[in-house]
Amino acid sequence: MNRRPWILGFVAFLVFVFLYAPIAWLAIASFNSSRSLSRISGVSTQWYVELFDDSRVLESLRLTLQLALASAVISTVIGTLAAFGLRRAFPGRGLWTVLLSLPLVVPEVVMGVAMLGFFVKIAGIPLGFGALLFAHVAFSLSFVVVVVRSRVSGMDVRMEEAAADLGASPFVAFRTVTLPLVAPAVVAGAAFAFLLSFDDVVISSYLTGVGSTTLPVFVYAQASKRGISPEIVALSTLMVTATAVLLVIGVMVASWRARKAGSAAQLV
Amino acid sequence: MSRRWLKANALLTPTGLWLGIFLIAPLALVVQFSFATRDTGVARAVLPWTTQAYLTALDPAFLPIFGRTLVYAVVTTVACLLLGFPLAWFIARHGGKYRTVLLAAVLIPFWSSYLARIYAWKALLDGEGLVNTMLGWVGLGRDGGFLLTHGAVILGLTYGFLPFMVLPLYVACERFDFRLVEASYDLGHGRASTFFRVVLPGVMTGVLAGSLLVLVPSAGDFVTPKLLGGVDQSTFGSVIDDQFRGGNNWPLGSAMAVLLLVLVVLVLVLRGRRGEDVL
Repeated sequence: MNRRPWILGFVAFLVFVFLYAPIAWLAIASFNSSRSLSRISGVSTQWYVELFDDSRVLESLRLTLQLALASAVISTVIGTLAAFGLRRAFPGRGLWTVLLSLPLVVPEVVMGVAMLGFFVKIAGIPLGFGALLFAHVAFSLSFVVVVVRSRVSGMDVRMEEAAADLGASPFVAFRTVTLPLVAPAVVAGAAFAFLLSFDDVVISSYLTGVGSTTLPVFVYAQASKRGISPEIVALSTLMVTATAVLLVIGVMVASWRARKAGSAAQLV
Repeated sequence: MSRRWLKANALLTPTGLWLGIFLIAPLALVVQFSFATRDTGVARAVLPWTTQAYLTALDPAFLPIFGRTLVYAVVTTVACLLLGFPLAWFIARHGGKYRTVLLAAVLIPFWSSYLARIYAWKALLDGEGLVNTMLGWVGLGRDGGFLLTHGAVILGLTYGFLPFMVLPLYVACERFDFRLVEASYDLGHGRASTFFRVVLPGVMTGVLAGSLLVLVPSAGDFVTPKLLGGVDQSTFGSVIDDQFRGGNNWPLGSAMAVLLLVLVVLVLVLRGRRGEDVL
């Protein structure tokens, strides 16, 4: 299978086409002059204009961003701690692993109805931002732990030992050696958590309160009545474009820094 | 209790508390609900304890839905494996310095709204959509397009869960020592034999972790079947959703949720300890 990598490359290319086909179609349809998503009848930018005039969409976008940011920060902090907790073997680690794999495998609809019942009937947590935050952290945490743990467990303990031997205090060793080593995984985990919260429909749809509708729930409710609005198509196009631009900048900065730091950075 | 034990548990406590309060307690409540009696007036679950909800949930009327859900989930998982493996292998083996970029490129489409993407598929699969039009040129068009078919639902599920397959597969492929493939060829093994006896066992952890991450959520999803399918494509997830939102039968919905949980536990038990380090 390595003798003819171009066959494999072609298959990989087709999978990329599959992944990008609907995105590309959204981008085209966002400039459509009619409301239809399937038939392109002309070119216009009116949906972008209407998007920035629609206060309901902008308001729920703001709420969704705040929620995703708060959820990502909390789950990244406590999830990273947990990943370090699982670093070395200890009695009961298997049990923790099982607990942490639960949110990955319990179907969303089950989590959603369970949280709805618990928040409303037992805990007395009003539906809305607080309930959404508790839930989003609960289902994002495990993803952060998985991502950070893979990096932590692959880390060379001798690096930290060397720092200690050279006289670094545990705090200094952590800040100057351990943290830079796990930083990429922490950032990846945070991005993952942000994305999970930002795009969640199912669980959020059970927990939104009056006046605290997240964007996906708003879109879902609106779409089931009269189809998806072209404004949302325009917004999605903007979001993917922004992500792609950020990614390109990130790669450029990383390669620039790697070149600057020389071959030492390659070792990490 | 050693110092190491204390330190590990101290680091894990915040996560444990959060999951205990906001996930385990709610799931326990669902189990309790599932044995309660339905109180139609206020749609609440009340005493006395009964197994009525389970008897209703296992009613033959729901069996086709349960079976269909399982078929969707299994076919989706296989489709994700078939698409995800070549991609993950290619990025890990031939990606070179672009590996990170290529992996990120897999994830970029998922930064747009999930619903927008599903609606994009809906538009593409529509009777007058691009897919049907293009198939029409080669004589494979279908009157009314491909919406409301099992194929449309499976396509939507595969699209939605593919990254969950690609990521663990990529991790496994990256750890794989590609020299083993050359060694296998040198020792006279053919392509198929090399794949099944060298490559597949080597990346098995990723295959298992990815399959788990695709199989379970796709068994519980109801948004995709609702949007791309019709009445004949409704799944167990959508029936549960109906009990809580519209049907107002919380005990029945809870019993069904518990059955879905039992399925999850079964899959976990079957998997055993394999692939634990990836997931």
